[in-house]
Amino acid sequence: MALYSDKVMDHFMNPRNVGDLEKPDGVGEVGNPTCGDMMTFMISVKDDRIADIRFKTFGCGAAIAVSSMVSEMALGKTLDEAMEITNEMVAEELGGLPTNKLHCSNLGADALHAAIEDYRKRLETGEPAEVPELHEVKRSGKDKQCPYCDADIDASSMLCNSCKTSFDTCPHCGKIADRSREKCPHCGASIHKHG
Amino acid sequence: MDKQKETFFDHNAARAARPEAVDEMSRLLLDGFGNPQSVHDRGQRAAEKLEKAREKVAALIGSDPSGIIFTATGSEANNMAIKGIARARKKKSPRVIISAIEHHSVVIPAESLRKEGFELVTLPVDRTGLVDPGQLDEALSEGAAVVSVIHASSEIGTIEPIEELSMICADKGVPFHTDSWAAAGQIKIKLDDMPVSAMTIAGQNFGGPPGAAALILKKGVPMNRLIEGGVQERNRRAGQENIPAIAGMGVAARLALAELDETAALLITLRDRMIKGLPGSIEDVILTGHPEKRLPGLASFCVKYIEGEGLLLFLNQKGIMAASGSACTSRSLKGSHVLEALGLDAATAQGSIVFSFGPENSAGEIDYAINEMKPVVSRLREMSPIYREKKDGSL
Repeated sequence: MALYSDKVMDHFMNPRNVGDLEKPDGVGEVGNPTCGDMMTFMISVKDDRIADIRFKTFGCGAAIAVSSMVSEMALGKTLDEAMEITNEMVAEELGGLPTNKLHCSNLGADALHAAIEDYRKRLETGEPAEVPELHEVKRSGKDKQCPYCDADIDASSMLCNSCKTSFDTCPHCGKIADRSREKCPHCGASIHKHG
Repeated sequence: MDKQKETFFDHNAARAARPEAVDEMSRLLLDGFGNPQSVHDRGQRAAEKLEKAREKVAALIGSDPSGIIFTATGSEANNMAIKGIARARKKKSPRVIISAIEHHSVVIPAESLRKEGFELVTLPVDRTGLVDPGQLDEALSEGAAVVSVIHASSEIGTIEPIEELSMICADKGVPFHTDSWAAAGQIKIKLDDMPVSAMTIAGQNFGGPPGAAALILKKGVPMNRLIEGGVQERNRRAGQENIPAIAGMGVAARLALAELDETAALLITLRDRMIKGLPGSIEDVILTGHPEKRLPGLASFCVKYIEGEGLLLFLNQKGIMAASGSACTSRSLKGSHVLEALGLDAATAQGSIVFSFGPENSAGEIDYAINEMKPVVSRLREMSPIYREKKDGSL
């Protein structure tokens, strides 16, 4: 059995609408490379409709297929119609996604909505859309602190030299998190020890 | 999709059994079946097969056959060692020390022990994946029930200084376990020349069938049983022995020992061709693990600005099969704790790709893979929002 459906593989291998728009009317970005997936959507709007759309995605096969599918679903729609596209609809349109990918990779509708909201905000302020700020890809370990004793921890260490505790990281964002808590203090993901 | 030749670079995950091992197994399954616990001849013939296999496996790693406890998998052997030795020595010291790059079958049992009231200490590694013997020495100042450091990582290839680490443990009277499943059959092991108390190996990794592995436990090392209910394996592991698989593992061990130097030399040629060729052909590809102290058959990299699963899927379309430690390729969607332990940032670790070679691979296949990777990496980078930023000079 293949990992992904034929439709997901088609959108992954031959993604539609990849790239940048030279003068986007709205730009939306969700996720970040540290979390695993990141999607950037650019739209150009004419007569309240999405006249053109482009995306760029850092992430797995599902994340790329989702982005491609969203771009196809949104193109030509009015902004209100496009705002009604949900992540669930995208997954359905793709013929389903593996269960474990439903949440992490399926962010396409969020990125689209962010682009539309960006456009609407700029209509009010009259400012042109900006290509997203350059991302700083941080060394994950640089600003580590031990969640138990707050001592600074070496970047490559899984051990606090101060209190000698070994620690866990948040499965979602990779930062150090005390897994006895419900949620990661950094990214808000719920932390299940055996998730 | 057209049927195409498979270029299989994922020998860590699975590999073909040696035909000689398969012959032996099918003989035993069809005609030579027997339960070593039976008094009759058929049972005793099976018992003999079991002891012969024990001798051959012991020879591969230079140990006394009596220490070998056959298990179903390497994961079982790791569980057995970590939980079994720690629980047997809890009164002496309720602490467990492991390295930050252990396999999950060591990490998770150690976590379980923590829940049972043990203190768990995780030793960091340097950028190349090496454990610092000085840090082990320091960590041992408060004692330990058991120490476990992987012999060689199947994810980054780094070979740990287990002789030195085991000597430090021996000085303090603490049992030292090492997970050698990736090392056995690729590098020379003389277990009885080192004060290593327990070692995990798995037959599949050197041409045996899946379903046969072993924990080697030296005399006098206390260990509680993990599986109870029978006297098999000198009362260490209950359950009827999987004689066909164990005999197959024995045959594979004999062949692996006879061909060890030759196999290692071939694997090193393949590995070094990939290690030189890939970063030479594609920019921003970094080698993970130690540049020299590494498994003969393992080349591991991070391809920056892209994610490993997409790379694997595209390569699979070309018949090239490899592995990745990226979060997206793991079922749990957790990033690799091994790559994290090297101090790699999470985005770079997402671009992990691991090639594990076998004797049937060729230099031509390495060149083919490098060639096919170039357009795939460019394509994924063109799609990547962080690559654009790179071109803008921000990284």
